[in-house]
Amino acid sequence: METYQGKSIFNGIAIGKICKYEKEQQQVKRTKITDPEAEISRFDRAREEAGAQLQALYDKALAQVGESGAMIFEIHMMMLDDDDYLDSVYHIIRSQQVNAEFAVASTGDNFSQLFASMDDEYMQGRAADVKDISDRLIRVLMGQSGESEIKEPVIIMAEDLAPSETVQMDKDNLLAFVTTLGSSNSHTAILARTMGIPALVGIPVKDEWNGKMAIVDGHNGTLIIEPDEVLLAQMQAKKEEELRQKQLLAELKGKETVTKSGKKINLYANIGNVSDVAAALANDAGGIGLFRSEFLYLEAQDYPTEEEQFHAYKTVAENMAGKKVIIRTLDIGADKQVAYFDLPKEENPAMGFRAIRICLERPEIFKVQLRAILRASAYGTISIMFPMITSVEEVRQIKEILAQVRDELTTQQIPFGEVEIGIMIETPAAVMISDLLAKEVDFFSIGTNDLTQYTLAIDRQNEALDTFYNPHHEAILRMIRMVIDNGHKENCWVGICGELGSDTALTKRFIEMGIDELSVSPAYILTIRNLIRELP
Amino acid sequence: MKEFQYTIKDEIGIHARPAGLIVKKAKEFSSKFTLTKDGKTAELTKLMALMSLGVKCGDTVTVAVEGPDEDAAAAAMQAFFAETL
Repeated sequence: METYQGKSIFNGIAIGKICKYEKEQQQVKRTKITDPEAEISRFDRAREEAGAQLQALYDKALAQVGESGAMIFEIHMMMLDDDDYLDSVYHIIRSQQVNAEFAVASTGDNFSQLFASMDDEYMQGRAADVKDISDRLIRVLMGQSGESEIKEPVIIMAEDLAPSETVQMDKDNLLAFVTTLGSSNSHTAILARTMGIPALVGIPVKDEWNGKMAIVDGHNGTLIIEPDEVLLAQMQAKKEEELRQKQLLAELKGKETVTKSGKKINLYANIGNVSDVAAALANDAGGIGLFRSEFLYLEAQDYPTEEEQFHAYKTVAENMAGKKVIIRTLDIGADKQVAYFDLPKEENPAMGFRAIRICLERPEIFKVQLRAILRASAYGTISIMFPMITSVEEVRQIKEILAQVRDELTTQQIPFGEVEIGIMIETPAAVMISDLLAKEVDFFSIGTNDLTQYTLAIDRQNEALDTFYNPHHEAILRMIRMVIDNGHKENCWVGICGELGSDTALTKRFIEMGIDELSVSPAYILTIRNLIRELP
Repeated sequence: MKEFQYTIKDEIGIHARPAGLIVKKAKEFSSKFTLTKDGKTAELTKLMALMSLGVKCGDTVTVAVEGPDEDAAAAAMQAFFAETL
């Protein structure tokens, strides 16, 4: 078993035999000709034929991978019509009285050198395109077909692959690409991504690997030659799981999260960063149920400005295109410490100066965040959620600060939208007074991680307590029921954004209790949607 | 002769696709178009020459148009730049 590290172009696992891709060798010989004009018309006919081939490739790619993947062949057609390129070929044929193959090869070399020497990575990549069209012309001139057939499912290994080679391969027999050259923004890489085929670059090509069993692991960019049985079984299972997810996705994408009796559940995603939106959308989240805003503070060296925050919230709101985005205000303290906040050291930080408590003590920091969120609300559907609430007074105080911020924005004529206001229910106190809290807000989101820790008096970081820890403790389930009931009495919708939300053993029970929303990691969305759609 | 300046907004500059589209557009007119960036010039009808100028996002280029239909050609090309780049 040998393992090689490369760079992954597309995530995914492929298991199969390696097949070394052999390009047809083009030995271009320089031969003297006597009738340059006849040679030029021979070249022109080849050019027409190459153009027709590219048109066919374009049509094929258009059907297989869409317009963006097919564009490359349109560009090749344009390059084939380039005046300078053609002039150079004609000139070499006439002035040196040589065959068209040689004239094309020299011209191709010159032009691809021109691109290769540019200081821009994108333009360097175009050298391969010039080479590709030149090779095509030469093949036509020499009467070669250029088609390489793959007859069984294989992992293709090659020094480099031209986009035309990639698209010509029979997709059904293509498990993965492994190449030595090629960048992550080469056209072949883009095609691999669009076709959804695992691909690695930066892997050496070894003749002795031809025909050997191998695993391409696109998740960590490794190629494993002749894997042992244990690993093979492991990767096989992982691959099947991936396939299952993919099928689930295809089946469930765009469908409602609704039980058989018609109860609709809002299934949202938890995200911790702007870039996580991609995963939320890819898994078809109905919205963002928990956008942890801490990253803005944890990643910074100083308090993030209103503009920085506004930009992050606006981006998420815009990307979600009108779907709900629930932003949780600053939740630091306890295990999340930020140096510039200069918080005092505490004996018991989990029960200490954290989250909303910091915000209420230091409204100048809180207001910056609220302004940024309100401004972003003009660009999508945003809700605000406050963490670590223990009393009605806190909520009233928050609403007062929020009203001040709204007034300021109105005076300054800065636009903002309507926002729903909600709180996290993560302390036993909040559960016990949820009937009162429900009168103050639009929604509750139950943070089961902290709620469990505070209710069971078990520190989750302490492994020694694992035997006492029961996440399905009846106390927690009763609390959840109580919160749902109290919320509904006041028209306040109730969701779960803690880990229990994605606990499939409890999904049925939560729905029977009347839960309105579950917010989970993007990767769990489709599994849970699937489960809910099976419920009565 | 007509002339206009344009600052490129496309993230990867004059890459293959817009260059191809520009060439197509330029060929619709009988005027001759040249594009100059930092003293280097390429005709807009020549794809590879145009690409090899390596025009990047933020670069300001000058396009000169000369010929019988230069007024219409310059206006059309300027609009085209604004739309694609």
